[in-house]
Amino acid sequence: MAISRDEVLHVARLARLELAEGELDRFAEQLSAILEAVGKVGELDLEGVEPTAHPLDLVNVWAEDEPRPCLSADEALANAPDREGGSFRVPAA
Amino acid sequence: MSAWEPVIGLEIHVHLKTRTKMFCRCPIAYFEPPNTQTCPVCLAMPGSLPVPNRKAVEWTILLGLALGCEIAPRAIFHRKNYFYPDNPKGYQISQYDEPLCVDGRVVVPGSDGDSEVGIVRAHLEEDAAKTVHVGGAEGRIHGSESSLVDFNRAGTPLVEIVTAPDIRSAEQAKRFLQVLRQMVVELDISDAEMEKGSMRFDVNVSVREAGESDFRTRTELKNMNSFNFAAKGIEREIRRQVELYESGGTVVQETLHFDPGNESAPPLRSKEEAQDYRYFPEPDLVPLEPDRELVERLRGGLPELPWARIRRLEAEIGFTLAEGLVTSGRDELYSRVPGEREAVANVVMNELAATGVEPADVNAEELGKVIAARADIPRAAFAEALAASGDEGFSAERYLAESAIADVSELDPVIDRILGQNQQQVEAYRGGKEGLLGFFVGQVMKETGGKANPKVVNERVREKLKA
Repeated sequence: MAISRDEVLHVARLARLELAEGELDRFAEQLSAILEAVGKVGELDLEGVEPTAHPLDLVNVWAEDEPRPCLSADEALANAPDREGGSFRVPAA
Repeated sequence: MSAWEPVIGLEIHVHLKTRTKMFCRCPIAYFEPPNTQTCPVCLAMPGSLPVPNRKAVEWTILLGLALGCEIAPRAIFHRKNYFYPDNPKGYQISQYDEPLCVDGRVVVPGSDGDSEVGIVRAHLEEDAAKTVHVGGAEGRIHGSESSLVDFNRAGTPLVEIVTAPDIRSAEQAKRFLQVLRQMVVELDISDAEMEKGSMRFDVNVSVREAGESDFRTRTELKNMNSFNFAAKGIEREIRRQVELYESGGTVVQETLHFDPGNESAPPLRSKEEAQDYRYFPEPDLVPLEPDRELVERLRGGLPELPWARIRRLEAEIGFTLAEGLVTSGRDELYSRVPGEREAVANVVMNELAATGVEPADVNAEELGKVIAARADIPRAAFAEALAASGDEGFSAERYLAESAIADVSELDPVIDRILGQNQQQVEAYRGGKEGLLGFFVGQVMKETGGKANPKVVNERVREKLKA
């Protein structure tokens, strides 16, 4: 399955990536090759095989509902480029 | 003009009131200073990993059972990808094609009979951070200059309930939401307080001509948090769509932000074009496989649900009182209070509710005595009794003892005096103006400070005027 330039552009926009003109063709080619490789799976007879959601053979991993200590607001905000009081300040959403 | 049929579906979000968040063990607290209830997981620090909250999973199953859903033997979490400042990971952990609860249905009682609402799914996800828009046009979303982000709410367990498009009127939608709210409160899994944001809902609305089997284009009213505004918004949107079709136009699929203040619903910019969320299984979490024994235990522990109680009480006291009592959480008290059912229902629903006394605190037996004696005790004593009905050691006796003056030897002199002072009215009464009876009774009541038994006064005045 070939990926078009338009599809690369669309996915790049969704991922907020800015691609240079030359990159569009390169990624279209690479992504197509990846899809083709994954497509190999389609050649197998998968009748009755459950899709794999996770490589580990585990289910129901969870924790009890017991609170643990939090960060302080200053710790939480330590990497914030901008803040106002205890809040992160970001460009208008 | 042709008849139009509204088609309404709801998406309801309910915060679970677990002690901690969905994927980390930060406490859930609504009114703490910003960013004091966070950790590397809910701030999306690199390398941090989510661990599901077991209680949240159990409560979602419980809610699913109450909605008549099947509980999936296996459920998985997905990543829903989008960029927004309220979502620092760049994705929300949600459920996609393998949710915990599917295919439910509830029967919603109404004054005009029962109606059935299908539940497509109920799934578990995490809430986003809270953003406050500052600057610009008074902090409204449009025209604001910057946003302040508070991650205290980020990661709060959130159940999303999606109904089938089975609802046919704004009134029915409102009733469904009210009863659903009462249900989650009674299941004790959410406080579902709309002012707090722990219950919110989106409404999908379309219309079609009666008899049409396909659905037409729908619009979405987002993030409603009041039943009345939702009902108003739905009605307004139905009108708008009908007017569009009738004037030869078409409805465009869009999201409307309903502003109850000015009754306008300006279109919002969509968060992501084409809803392209690129869902994929969350690699950091393994599947859930609810234990069948747990599911059956939860099913066995379900109380009688509000829908069923409304239907049961409706036979005794009519739909309106039954619905009012159940959706206000007052029907349990109603059931405990002995006496004539409609009188009890009215007092519990109205006068007692107005006093603010907690229903659970009320001594029902004693309240029943007060209600039964209502006609024989002074109005003031009745009101005082209601106000005190939740107090420790509340007893009807004191208020009944304070009973109205029914002793004729005590009332006669007062009545004679009143009649003597109002000779003109007495003549008018005897001349045929019988409506004046109320005037004399009123004067006697006033004279006795409201303590006379109105029934006895009535009889005595009537008798004396005959003489």
